[in-house]
Amino acid sequence: MTYIRPAFRHPQLPLNKLGLPVSYYEGALSTLCAGCGHDSISAGIIQACWELNIQPHQVAKLSGIGCSSKTPTYFLSNSHGFNSVHGRMPSVATGAYLANRDLLYIGVSGDGDSASIGMGQFAHVIRRNVNMVYIVMNNGCYGLTKGQDSATADIGSISKAGSINQFQGIDLAGLAIELGATFVAQSFSGDKEQLIPLIKAAIKHPGFALINVVSPCVTFNNNPGSTKSYQFVREHHAMTSKMDYVPEMETISASYHEGNNQEIELHDGSTIQLHKLSQEWNPEDRLSAILALKQAAAKQEVLTGLLFIEPETKALHQILGTIESPLNTLSESSLCPGNKKLMELNKSWR
Amino acid sequence: MINDFVVRFANVNGTGSASANFLFTKSIFRMGVPVTPKNIFPSNIQGLPTWYEVRVSEKGWQGRKEGIDLLVCVNPQSMAKDVESVKTGGYFLYDSSKQLHDEFIRADIHYLGIPLMEICNREYTDARQRQLFKNIVYVGALSALLNIEFEVLSGLLNDQFKGKEKLIAPNVKALQLGAEFARTNFTCPLPFYVERRNLIGDSILVDGNTACGLGAVYGGATVCAWYPITPSTSVAEAFNDYAQEFRVDAESGAKNYAIVQAEDELAAIGMVIGAGWNGARSFTATSGPGVSLMNEFLGLAYFAEIPSVLIDVQRAGPSTGMPTRTQQSDVLEAAYASHGDTKHVLLLPSTPKECFDMTAQALDLAEQLQTPIIVLTDLDLGMNDHLSPPFEWDDSVKYQRGKVLTAQDLDNMGKFGRYLDVDGDGIPYRTYPGTHPSKGSFFTRGTSRDEYAIYTEDGAVYKRNMDRLMVKWETAKELVPKPVIRQAKIATQVGVIYFGTSNHATDEALFLLSEKGVHFDSLRLRAFPFYQQVADFIAAHDQVFVIEQNRDAQMRSLLMIELNIAPEKLISILNYDGTPMTAENIVQQIQSKFKQSSKVIPA
Repeated sequence: MTYIRPAFRHPQLPLNKLGLPVSYYEGALSTLCAGCGHDSISAGIIQACWELNIQPHQVAKLSGIGCSSKTPTYFLSNSHGFNSVHGRMPSVATGAYLANRDLLYIGVSGDGDSASIGMGQFAHVIRRNVNMVYIVMNNGCYGLTKGQDSATADIGSISKAGSINQFQGIDLAGLAIELGATFVAQSFSGDKEQLIPLIKAAIKHPGFALINVVSPCVTFNNNPGSTKSYQFVREHHAMTSKMDYVPEMETISASYHEGNNQEIELHDGSTIQLHKLSQEWNPEDRLSAILALKQAAAKQEVLTGLLFIEPETKALHQILGTIESPLNTLSESSLCPGNKKLMELNKSWR
Repeated sequence: MINDFVVRFANVNGTGSASANFLFTKSIFRMGVPVTPKNIFPSNIQGLPTWYEVRVSEKGWQGRKEGIDLLVCVNPQSMAKDVESVKTGGYFLYDSSKQLHDEFIRADIHYLGIPLMEICNREYTDARQRQLFKNIVYVGALSALLNIEFEVLSGLLNDQFKGKEKLIAPNVKALQLGAEFARTNFTCPLPFYVERRNLIGDSILVDGNTACGLGAVYGGATVCAWYPITPSTSVAEAFNDYAQEFRVDAESGAKNYAIVQAEDELAAIGMVIGAGWNGARSFTATSGPGVSLMNEFLGLAYFAEIPSVLIDVQRAGPSTGMPTRTQQSDVLEAAYASHGDTKHVLLLPSTPKECFDMTAQALDLAEQLQTPIIVLTDLDLGMNDHLSPPFEWDDSVKYQRGKVLTAQDLDNMGKFGRYLDVDGDGIPYRTYPGTHPSKGSFFTRGTSRDEYAIYTEDGAVYKRNMDRLMVKWETAKELVPKPVIRQAKIATQVGVIYFGTSNHATDEALFLLSEKGVHFDSLRLRAFPFYQQVADFIAAHDQVFVIEQNRDAQMRSLLMIELNIAPEKLISILNYDGTPMTAENIVQQIQSKFKQSSKVIPA
C-alpha cells in the first residue's frame, strides 16, 4: 500500500447508537494492492456493522487463505479473528458457531478458497445452515501466486498474459441456491449502495447467508477481455432489484413505483424493501432465482442484488436441538453425570 | 484342563452370531473366570467369513493365544481353513445336517456333529428365527460340553430381553435343545471345561471405544465432529448414546452437546479446532487414514495453540490397509503430524479403564497445554471386549480449563499478549471471542506472528516462538500420565518397553520367560513426551526390548530420536500381521534375538 492512514480523526465523527464512531470498526491498514476491490468490501462490512450498532467484540471473523482471506485483519480490530487454512474456513466457522451460538460470525473467502480447494466445505456449510455471513471476494484469479485462473473465471475470459480460459466457470451463487442456501446475494465491490444493505440483511438473516461479490483484481485480472474487470462488470451489470435494509421500528423512507415493490420481513422484525427490476423474479422462490441467474448468464450479464431468501429458517443449532446458552459456558455441574451414574454403568458391564 | 482353552467361532457376518457369541463369553465372565474375546472380522456387512475367538484363562491372561482347542464351525465357506486351525487333539463342532465331506476329516482331531439346521427347521417356522436360533442352539450345546451353568445363561437372557420378555422363552428353549443334544450324543464335559471361580473381582467387561465415548461425556466434551471410519465409528456413537442419556434437559429436551457428522476428516478436525478456539471442549475420533487427512489442521492447532482432542483408533495401514485388523502403526504419524517442526502429545491407553480416564484427561490437557492431544488406541482395544477395572470418577474434581482470561482479568492487567510467556512454562494466556468490548481480542493465524499475535516475518521473532513451544513441550512432560515400571524379582540388565494393547501378550510373555528363569524389568509407556523415568530406565539396562505392533519399529525410533538412544541398545520385537500379538510370539522372538547376542535362554 502506498499511503499511511493518519492517526488523527475528526473529533465530531458521527456516532452510532452505541456511541461509537465508524473508526472504531476499522482494522489494521490494508496491505492489498491499491485499488483492490477487496478493500471496498472491507469498508462495506465496517459500514454495515457500524450502522447496525453491532458490538465489535460480539463478532468473530474467520477466513481461509488468499488475498481475500487477509482482509479480516483490515476490519473490526476489536473482534477476534481467525485466519485458518486454505479452503477450510467453513469447518472452523462451524465449530466456532457450535461452541457459541450468540456471536455474529463473518466468514471471508475467495474464489480459489471456496470454488477450488474449499468446494467441499463450501457445499457442506450451506447444507448445514450454519448461522453466518459468508462473503466471497470473487476476482476469478489467484492473486497471491500471481494471477493464475481460478475456477470461477468465465469460459472465454482472457487473462492478463493473453490466454483464453477453456474451462467452465463455477457460479457460486447459483450453486448455493441449488445446495439449499437460505440467503443468496451477488454484488459488485464497486457498488457500495447495493453492497452495504445486502451485508446488513445477511447479518440479520438467521441462517447461512452468502454474498458472492465480484471484486476485480487490479493487478492480475483487470485487463481488456477479462470478465471480472471493473470495466466489464460496470458494462454488464444487471440488478434483480434496488434494495434497502430497514431496521425494526424505523419508518420506511424509500419510495418506489407501486407494483414492483416487495417487502420481506426478517426474523427480528426488520425488513428488506425491494424494488424489483424484473417482474418474473420472486426472491422467495428458488426456481425463479435460478432462472434469473441463468437468463442473465445467457446475456453475459452479471446479475447482482438479492437473489434468494428464505426468511424463516432453522439454523444448525435449531436443527441439532441444542440449548439456548452457548455450549462454551457450561461447567461440570451440567456436563458431568457424576460417579453414581458411573457405578450403575459399571453394573451393566458385569 | 480347567479354565484354560481357546474356542473359536467361525460364522458368516450378518447372521446374528455376534450376540450369541457374546452370550457365551459373558456366561464365563459371570462364572468368575477370566475370559477375553477377539473379533476377527472382514471389511464387509453381510456374507463373508467372520471369526470370534474366546480365550479362557484361569491365570487371567488376556492376550490372544495360538492354537484352537474347540472350533465351532457354522460357516461352510471357511471350513477347510477352520478344520486346519484346530490343534491336534482338539475338537471341531459342525452342523451335521449335511454330511461332512471327506476332505474335511482329520485323523488327529475329534468331531462333534450337531444337526443345527435340522433342529431349527423342525422347531421353528419363521425363516429368520431358524437362522438366529441356530446360534443359540450351539451355545446351548457348548454349555453342556464345557460345563457352563445353565442358570447363568438363562439369567443373561433375562437381562438381555428386559422389556421384551416374550423373547426369553424361545431363546431358553433353543439353549435347551442344544444342551440336550450334546448330553445325549457326546461325553460331557469335554476334557477342558469351565469351573466356577472368583477370579475377576469387580472387573467389568467392556470395549475401549465405549469407554472413550463415555470418557468424553464425563470429561465435559460439548462438541463432537467426526467422519465414519472403521474402527473408530463406535467412539462417536458411544458419545452420542451417553450424551442422549445424560446430557439432555429433562424439561425442555434441549441438548447440552452438539454432534456433527462431517463431510470428511478435514472438516471434522476443522470443527473441533473452531470449537476449541471458541472455548468449547471438543473432540473427534478417527483412524490412520483420517489422521493422514488431518495433518494440515493438526499443524495449525499446534502452531496457533488451539485445544483439540483426537482419538485415533489405529488399524492396519498403510493406505486403506486392512481396515478391520489391528496395529500400532500410527505412532510416528501421530507424534509428528503435519509439515514443519511439530510434536504432539500422545496418550497410550492399554485398557478400557485407561480409555475412559485418558479421554477425559485429554480434554483437560488440551486446554491446559493449548495444543492437540491424541489418544492412541487401536482396533483390538476399541472393538473387542476386555476385562477392565471398573470406571470411577471423583465428583470433587474440577475440569482444568487452562489459562483463560476473563473480562475482569483483562481490566486488571497490562497489555495482553496472546503468545507472551508470562509464567515461564511456555503456555501463554488466551481469551475467548466475545470476552471484553475493547481488550483481549487477537488474530489467530497459521502464519508466524509475534507475542502480541501480530503478523511478522522476522526470523528472530519466529525462532523465539518456536523455542517457546519447546518450553511448553517440557511442561507437558510433567502433566501427562507416568509410565508403569515393574522390577523383576531378580536383578537384571535387560528391560522391556511396551505400550497399548501389547500389554496383555507382554505380561504373559514375561511370566513365561520368568518360568524359564529369565527375568526382565519392564516399563509400559503411557504417554509421549517421555518422562525422565523412561530415559533412566533405558540407561539402567544394557539391552532393552521394545515390543510393538508395526513393521517399522516406530516407537523404537521415537525413543531413539527423542531420548538420543544408541540404536544397538533397543531391540525390536514386532508383530504386524493384523492380529493381536501373542505371548508365544514374543517369547519366541526374544529367544532368537537373545541367541544372536550370545546369551542363550533355555528353550
